[in-house]
Amino acid sequence: MNRTDRKTSVIAYIFLTIFAIVMVFPFVWMFSSSFKTSEEVYEMSLIPDEPTVENYEYIFNYSLFPRWFLNSMIVAVVTTISVLFFDSLVGYTLAKYTFPGKNIIFILILSTLMIPTEMLVIPWYIMVRQLGWMETYWSIMFPGMISAFGVFLMRQFMSTIPDYLIDAARIDGVSEFGIFIRIVMPLVKPALATLAIFNFVGNWNAFLWPLIVAQTPKMYTLPVGLSYFSSENLTSWELIMTGAAVSTIPLIIFFIIFQKQIVKGIAMSGLKG
Amino acid sequence: MKRALLLLLVVSVIFAGFAGAVKITYWQYYYETKVKLVDQLIEEFEKQNPGIEVEHVTFPYENFNEKVAVSVPAGVGPDVLTLFYGWIPLYVTSGYLVPLPESEFSPEYLSSEFFPFVSKGIQFDGIPYALPTAVRSLALFWNKDLFAEAGLDPESPPTTFAEMVEFAKKLTKYDDKGNIIQEGLTMQPSGQGHQWIREVLVRQLGGTPYSADNRTVLYYQTAPETLKVYTDLITKDKVGYPGFLNDDVTAFRSLKAAMTIDGSFRLGTFRPLDNLNWGVTELPSMNGVKSNFASFWAHAITTNATGEKLDASIKFLKFITSEYAQTLWLEQVGELPANPNVAAAYYDHPEFGPFLKGLEYAHATFFVDESGQRQVLMDAVDKVWIQGMDPIKAFEEAAAEDQAIIDEFWSRLE
Amino acid sequence: MKISQKRIVTAYVFLAIPLVFYIVVRFYPMIYSFWLSFTNWRLISPKKDFVGFDNFVKLFKDKVFMTSLWNTIKYVVYGVPLVIVLSLFLAATLNKVRHLQWFYRLLYVMPYITPLVVVSWVWRWIYQRPPAGVLNNILMAFGFDAQPFLSSMNQSLPAIVVTTVWVNLGYCIIIYLAGLQTIPQEYQEAAKIDGATSRQSFFKITLPLLNPITVFLVVTQSITFLRIFTQVYNMTDQGSGGPLNATKPLVLYIYQKAFRSFDMGLASSATVILFMLIMGITLLQLLVLNKRVQY
Repeated sequence: MNRTDRKTSVIAYIFLTIFAIVMVFPFVWMFSSSFKTSEEVYEMSLIPDEPTVENYEYIFNYSLFPRWFLNSMIVAVVTTISVLFFDSLVGYTLAKYTFPGKNIIFILILSTLMIPTEMLVIPWYIMVRQLGWMETYWSIMFPGMISAFGVFLMRQFMSTIPDYLIDAARIDGVSEFGIFIRIVMPLVKPALATLAIFNFVGNWNAFLWPLIVAQTPKMYTLPVGLSYFSSENLTSWELIMTGAAVSTIPLIIFFIIFQKQIVKGIAMSGLKG
Repeated sequence: MKRALLLLLVVSVIFAGFAGAVKITYWQYYYETKVKLVDQLIEEFEKQNPGIEVEHVTFPYENFNEKVAVSVPAGVGPDVLTLFYGWIPLYVTSGYLVPLPESEFSPEYLSSEFFPFVSKGIQFDGIPYALPTAVRSLALFWNKDLFAEAGLDPESPPTTFAEMVEFAKKLTKYDDKGNIIQEGLTMQPSGQGHQWIREVLVRQLGGTPYSADNRTVLYYQTAPETLKVYTDLITKDKVGYPGFLNDDVTAFRSLKAAMTIDGSFRLGTFRPLDNLNWGVTELPSMNGVKSNFASFWAHAITTNATGEKLDASIKFLKFITSEYAQTLWLEQVGELPANPNVAAAYYDHPEFGPFLKGLEYAHATFFVDESGQRQVLMDAVDKVWIQGMDPIKAFEEAAAEDQAIIDEFWSRLE
Repeated sequence: MKISQKRIVTAYVFLAIPLVFYIVVRFYPMIYSFWLSFTNWRLISPKKDFVGFDNFVKLFKDKVFMTSLWNTIKYVVYGVPLVIVLSLFLAATLNKVRHLQWFYRLLYVMPYITPLVVVSWVWRWIYQRPPAGVLNNILMAFGFDAQPFLSSMNQSLPAIVVTTVWVNLGYCIIIYLAGLQTIPQEYQEAAKIDGATSRQSFFKITLPLLNPITVFLVVTQSITFLRIFTQVYNMTDQGSGGPLNATKPLVLYIYQKAFRSFDMGLASSATVILFMLIMGITLLQLLVLNKRVQY
């Protein structure tokens, strides 16, 4: 490394660190608030005067927190697996096949992103009731089984795969589905990792639909359960912060595991305009 | 959709016939002590009424409307629902509530068992639709320690408006740039402030908020100075402003506001705080006039309840609004009883007393769109203190906007 | 059967399940919503009468609707360029460092994985006036005057934009970073030998190669900003989108009409407008940005 490189590198680190502090500050605040009493939670200090683990005890003992945690896990894992498979399949088809109606289908899928969830919950709920899905995990998960964001992301990535790889496989007699699973999917691992992370986060934190469809506390997901700490007289922010702190831990672990894939994988597949 | 509903009805009637039990569903928002008490009451009710089963469903307070709005079209709604009285007109005109049958709830019954503002507040077009277990009113909370610190007698809260303003000025602290660091009086129209303006200040300044048929806004026409009296506290006396320390409750509970006007439901918030040395007293009078705003959440029977379910729902409604239930409610939830006979025993109670006395001269606003009409007054205050508009003009605009909301509501019904 | 025909069949077989899913779960409710925009349905009422374009006429006469439409456009115009430029810049900087890169990535993505309700609450406190507000305390420590932020007509919307950019930044950085790492080193080295400055090679080589990523981010971020709701609901008094509607976006307007006033007809027609707005912007972006690829 020469001197100018080292100089830019130092500047880069300083710059990145300053930004990182700004980025992480509210998160640190959330974490420190979870150790505060309800009196202290409104004070602006980052270090609690009298740190307490009472909030954690309360959350684990007086609510169905472990059950909510499990529910969220089931919902996020199942929808993420489904999204990874179907979104790649659709993305691949839209990127690499020529067929009539291709662009229209793409735009139509994108158009589903343009309606706020608030306007979809009523027909969904009627559907759940008429099909007898009440009080099932399926009722919470079904709207998220395929995501349009994911289709778009995968389409962008799939379009960068060189055609000759696919044609070579065809000549070797690999079936069309075999090409998708064995040739294409390994090439887009980084995109899959990215999609997995962001889809998991999205479903883990989803609120409105699970709130509406879950009838009894044992079917709540974490965000729905946590919303019960905010009531008419008073919002127990120390409990909400505690719940949020606990609920982000699996996300951090998930991110640490998958983020290596993002960088490694992409470097191999190439992503050329 | 209709056919599915019909089918459900038939199936449930047949099912109920076989099982020999009627099952009704009761919905309310989640509040820990209320939920526990209602569970206990349901148990007793089911013992007294074999053959009736009550399912108790709760949901977060914040999401009351979403939950109801989504469930009703799907035919999953409750038979008995607890809703804010101010929403009754909207629910009734949507055709969702069943009138209380006169055979069970005669006008005499209602007027002898409930405060007068209750029997008015549950009506739409002269017909009663709901009944409360508990009611709430406003009072002035003060922080005794901050009073002492400012050299005021911690046991003598202000009794008149002028006195309150004078105290508030003494109790307000500023930093060297003139920013408020301690409020003398909280100014939060989005909390209870808008109620205080509409039902208390307007009347104390000689006005009437609405006409007797509730179709005409009169507050600007009869007391145009009202908003100015309120906003002067923000802009002239500078004793507080909306959003100081986020909201009035936070400001008061974190010892950064010396006085706050709030509802009886706030007792439960302040009581457990060891570091807060507070007292509560009747709202200050002005020009010798006392007034108060009263409100309540009420239980109503929905159109889901028909036949046997309707009978069961009526029994349940009667039970949870009985004197017995009200007494338990006061003791366990800490809300004021809706029945003056139950309330009478608590008039000298240091915490309940000021609120109960307030109930005697309280009014419950007739809302056609509670959140919309609240927004009108929130906006009026914002126009004055953020945009610098003349308060008289802002109040005039508020009255016009409020009138437009009311007109829109009635025009829909015609 | 010809090969190309066989491929068409394969494509439709691959798309079959997802298409059925989309028709049932997304298109049907969407069309239902469009149909409702021509009715006067009050959510909890059994009555649904056809009223033609009445709701649309009412909307365009409603000042609050026009304000929220305008606010929604402001959110996109302020927010999207800011988040794209900033994330590209940070990703490029991050791409230069060798050590601890994963750690910085984790820190940057933190806001995105924290529940938005909690994020909104924390930012609400950051923006408080004195004595509580962190930002104001910093400003005052440097001798500036305290700012009203969320209780100001002019500052409140930009303040919410900043929060949203802060939330979405990590997401964009990760995706950009993924793109950056794919650009073969030889390109940059070749440019260096040709005497290009690092700035020139960034704009002439890196940026064009990143175009598919930029297209994806611009389109999806625009949609995210056009659908902004949770942070506004949680950062303004009573979720009102105040002060005086200064921060109210379309989705909050729709939400209030549907779930506060139960006016599903009006809410649905506002949804149709929002749909057309997003569709227009998306198509325009796809058209303009995709063209640039073929330079």
